[in-house]
Parts: sequence; structure tokens; C-alpha cells
Amino acid sequence: MPSEPVLSLHNVFKEYPTTPVVRALRGVSFAVNSGELVAVVGPSGSGKSTLLHIMGTLDRPTSGEVTVAGFQVSQLSDKDMSSLRAHHIGFVFQQFHLLSGFTALDNVADGLLYTGLPLRTRREMAEVALRRAGMGHRLDHVATKLSGGERQRVATARALIGNPSIVLADEPTGNLDSKTSDAIVELIEELNESGTTIVVITHNPEIAEHFPRSVGLRDGQIEYDTSWKDVA
Amino acid sequence: MAATLQPSSLHPRDLGRTATVGLRTRKLRTALSALGIMIGIAAMVGVLGLSESSKSELLAQLDRLGTNLLTVEAGTGIGIGTGELPEEAAGMIAQIGPVETTTVVSAVDDADVYRTDYIPEGQTGGISVQAVDLTLLDTLAGSVADGQWFDAATGAYPTTVLGSVAAERLGVTEVTGTEQVWLGNQWFTVIGILEEFELAPDLDRAAMVGLRAATDYLGDDGVPTRILVRVDPDQVDAVMGVMAATANPENPEEVEVARPTDALEAKEAADDALTALFLGLGAVALLVGGVGIANVMVISVLERRAEIGLRRALGATKRHIASQFLGEALLLSGIGGIGGVLAGVAVTTAYARIRGWSALVPPIAIGGGIAAALVIGVVAGLYPAIRAARMSPTEALRTAG
Repeated sequence: MPSEPVLSLHNVFKEYPTTPVVRALRGVSFAVNSGELVAVVGPSGSGKSTLLHIMGTLDRPTSGEVTVAGFQVSQLSDKDMSSLRAHHIGFVFQQFHLLSGFTALDNVADGLLYTGLPLRTRREMAEVALRRAGMGHRLDHVATKLSGGERQRVATARALIGNPSIVLADEPTGNLDSKTSDAIVELIEELNESGTTIVVITHNPEIAEHFPRSVGLRDGQIEYDTSWKDVA
Repeated sequence: MAATLQPSSLHPRDLGRTATVGLRTRKLRTALSALGIMIGIAAMVGVLGLSESSKSELLAQLDRLGTNLLTVEAGTGIGIGTGELPEEAAGMIAQIGPVETTTVVSAVDDADVYRTDYIPEGQTGGISVQAVDLTLLDTLAGSVADGQWFDAATGAYPTTVLGSVAAERLGVTEVTGTEQVWLGNQWFTVIGILEEFELAPDLDRAAMVGLRAATDYLGDDGVPTRILVRVDPDQVDAVMGVMAATANPENPEEVEVARPTDALEAKEAADDALTALFLGLGAVALLVGGVGIANVMVISVLERRAEIGLRRALGATKRHIASQFLGEALLLSGIGGIGGVLAGVAVTTAYARIRGWSALVPPIAIGGGIAAALVIGVVAGLYPAIRAARMSPTEALRTAG
């Protein structure tokens, strides 16, 4: 197993300055090594989404240290965080977030939109990514004409396209029926096997069971991490 | 930190593509908001185009008519003598150096003109009888619509040339050579009908006879009521200054000297005031169009939170988001601006064609129209763009549903 951490959180706290103050994360520490497939499991309100945003550098922790692909987030400007997301992090969302009027190919090509690569190169890479996600036969289909499962495959291909250091998937099966959901889980496993580091956030413990490692989150704290057993 | 972070960047062509996303997916809204700008710009370009075309038409008209024509008339009013010029006035005026030609018009007050001798006296239809020099037509740059102008022979015999309005009122539509009118209680043969005089509209309503014929047949005294003078174009003002004293040395204050083309210029100046008013209205329309764009952009930013969140997740900086929405506002107003210029040019061309002018849209109206549209676009797009850029990515993704 590879051991170099691509993502690490050290004693991360996140508070929202509402009244009363919401403490979404309370001292979360864990690391994801290159090539790992990790499920973060927890009921709603456990801080999953906040954790995803912080791991994805979409938000900053109130305190604690986050390192992604070797970059300490606390030392990065807002612009640098954008650069980090453009080059090192791929996102898969529960609502897919595809641009409705565009083809599968162009939606995936947009995954590298902010890397400055020319459109032609991006389209070539998008085709490769779509084939990896099992969507090679739907390249020119408009996003709105695709089924839910197909849309999630396109969204997954978009997250993969630049070979990011880490892919963060937020409830990737949340909007899908159980059969389609299984297929997406299978896809995630396949992609992991070919070397992609993936963190899946889910409220569904059944999905987490498929994965080699799962981290349990409750009330903003890590309840369990299956990798602890390995250490023990 | 060992590795260096490659900055996120957006290819300029991709900036263009992202700026069209909203326009392509919401076509009706795009068309309607561009229409607002288009109406404003079309109004401004149209007004400038029409004003320019009419000005150029006036210049062409002045060029054709010449601005060197002066009229000398006896003043009328309280305390002013007989309302006649001295008999020798024309001769005196001809002595002024820069004067090129003089033409005498003498109103024949005792004579009226009727279609036939059966028409009751007094029903003149507002047509006067004027005795004129043979040089009148040339001096006034007039032209004959039908028949001919006086020559030395016809000017001495009972013949008449009718002004355009006079001919219409008398019901004389063509010159046959045998057509006669009852003028000063005798028959006068109509030998010509004139086109409209642009510089002396009152002569359109006159039946003209030669000075000799007026004296011989109508008993006119030949005292000039008006003298038309062509002068050296460079000396017009100087001649105007000495004209009254020359025409009537005893009572120069009884003489009125005027330049008929001044009236045309005054009319144009009045049109200028209207142009300014319409330009103002166009500017208001443009402003309203700009508010429309700002409104549409603000709504668009709210509707597209998910897209903003996604783009931030894909690595867009705040600046990328701002430029996307600003670009979109610019495109909207640019489309409106170009459409407005085209519509303005079309309106000008159509109207100019109807009026028989040559259409002329000043280049500054075209350039200025598009520039104004773009400025409006920037102003209207700035606030929504900043708002979109400031939206936190987590907020955008969370509220997107």
C-alpha cells in the first residue's frame, strides 16, 4: 500500500458565528494516503458537509491544520486555494451540478476549465475520462437527456479528468435508486483500483461497508476509523 | 512547502464561452433585456442621423439657392410713410459695387385675378397680382413647371405666369397656350406655371405679369414694393449695412433689408432644439434599458448559485466569476447596442428616402452608440458581478439544492 498522505487534517475545529455558535467540527484529525479509498460516514448534522468543504479547500477551518497535496491551506490565499482546487482536487456532488445546455464531453472538459488548457486538449482528455467512467457511448449527449446514473458518471468523469491528487465525492449515490447506486459504487471502486485517491462522504453505512476504510463522524468528532484496528 | 502551486487560469476564449452560458440557456430573457438597450440606442442614433441628414439637406439647399440673395422692402407699421420704395431705388442699389443683379417686384394693388369674368368680385382666393422684372426667375433660382417664363415680347403683352399655388387655386393645371384668366378686368393668357419658390413663398400665390404689361394694361405706376438683389457672396454683410441708406437716402429707417435664407437657418435651429429633446428621451430609454440589464443580472446571479459554487469548486477565482458575469452583461448590452445602431440607421435611411434626402448617419453616432451601450453594460453588470464573486463557494453549493 502507498503511504504518502495526500490529505491530512490535524485537530481541525470549525465554528459558525451564529447565535448560538454552531461547532460543526471539534478536533478532527485524520490522514488519507495516496491510492486510498475512504468513506466518511455519519448521520445528518454530524459535520460531514463541513468536513468535505474543509478537505476540498472550499472553506477554512476556525483552527487546526489542513494539508492537501503537500500544501498547507492556512498559508494559502483565496486565489491559491482556487489554484489548488483547479489542479489537485476533484469534486463529485449529490446533485451532479452539470451545465444543462452542454454535452457530456463539454461538461467533463469544463473540469479543467480553470487550468488554462486549450479547449481542444481538454476535450481530448474529457473523452478519455468519460471512457474510464463507462460513458464512451454518450459523449455528444446533452446533459439533460441523460439518466440520473449517467449524469453521475459524467460528473465523476469531470472530477477525474485532470488526474487530481484526490477526488471528494459528496453523497454520490444520494439521488440514485439502489441499482444505479450500486453501479456508481462499483465505478468508484474501479477508479480507485486504477490509482485514484477517493474520499466518499455518505450517510449510508451500507455503502461504507464496500470500502476498505471508513471513518465514522458524529457531532463533529471522529467516532471510529477502521484503520485504527489495523494499527491495533 | 516543496512543490509550487500552478495558478488557476482561464483561457481568454474560454472567458468568452463562459460569458455566453447564461445567454444561450435563457434566450428569451436575453432578447428582451437586449431590446431595452436597443431601443435607447436606436432612438439616439436615429435622432442624430435624421438631424444630420436634414442639416445636410439644408446645406445642399442653401448651396443651390445661394445665401447671397437680399430682399429690400418698404417697411410697414405705425409712423412709417407710404410703404413704398422710391422709384429710383433699384437704380441706386445697382450702383453698389458688390451688387450683381437687381430685380424689381411691384405689387399691382388695383388688379385682381379670377378664373373667369363670372366670378364675383372679391373672391380672389388670396391671389395677388405682381409686376415683375424678366430677371426674377434667375434671381430667385426658380424654375418653370410647365410652359415658359416671360421674354421681352411676352413681358410687354397681356400674358401671365402663375405661381404654383395660384395655378392650383385658379384650376389651371397645364399650359395650353390658349388658357386665359380674368386679370384686372381683361383676359390675360397663361404662358407658364412655376415650381415652388423656396426663397419667396408669397410669389407662389401670385399671378405675375411683366412690368411693361402692368404699366400698359393695368395702369401700374411701376413703383417697386420689393427689390431682390444678388450680391457678391463675400460682401453680403457689408452690402446689407449700406442697403437701406442707398435705397431710400431720405428715410433709411423705412427700408427693411432681409436675407431669406436666414429663415431656413432659423427653422433648422428650431429643429436642433427638438433634436436635443429627443436625444434626452433616448438617453432616458437607454438608462431604463441599463436598469433592466442590472435587474436581469442580479436575478441571474441568484438563480445560478449552483453554477457559481461548481465553478469555484472547479478552481475559478473570484475574479474569474466576476469577469464571467461582467462579460455576460457586456454581451447583452453589446448585442443591444449593435441592434440599436442597425435599427437607428434603418430608421434614418427609411425616413430620408421618404423625404427625398440623402441619408447621413454621423460615424460618431454609430461609434458613440455602441460605446454608450458598453458603458451601460459595465455599469449595470458591475454590481451583480461583484455579488457573484463575493458569494462564498460553500454558501453557493449549500443553497443550490
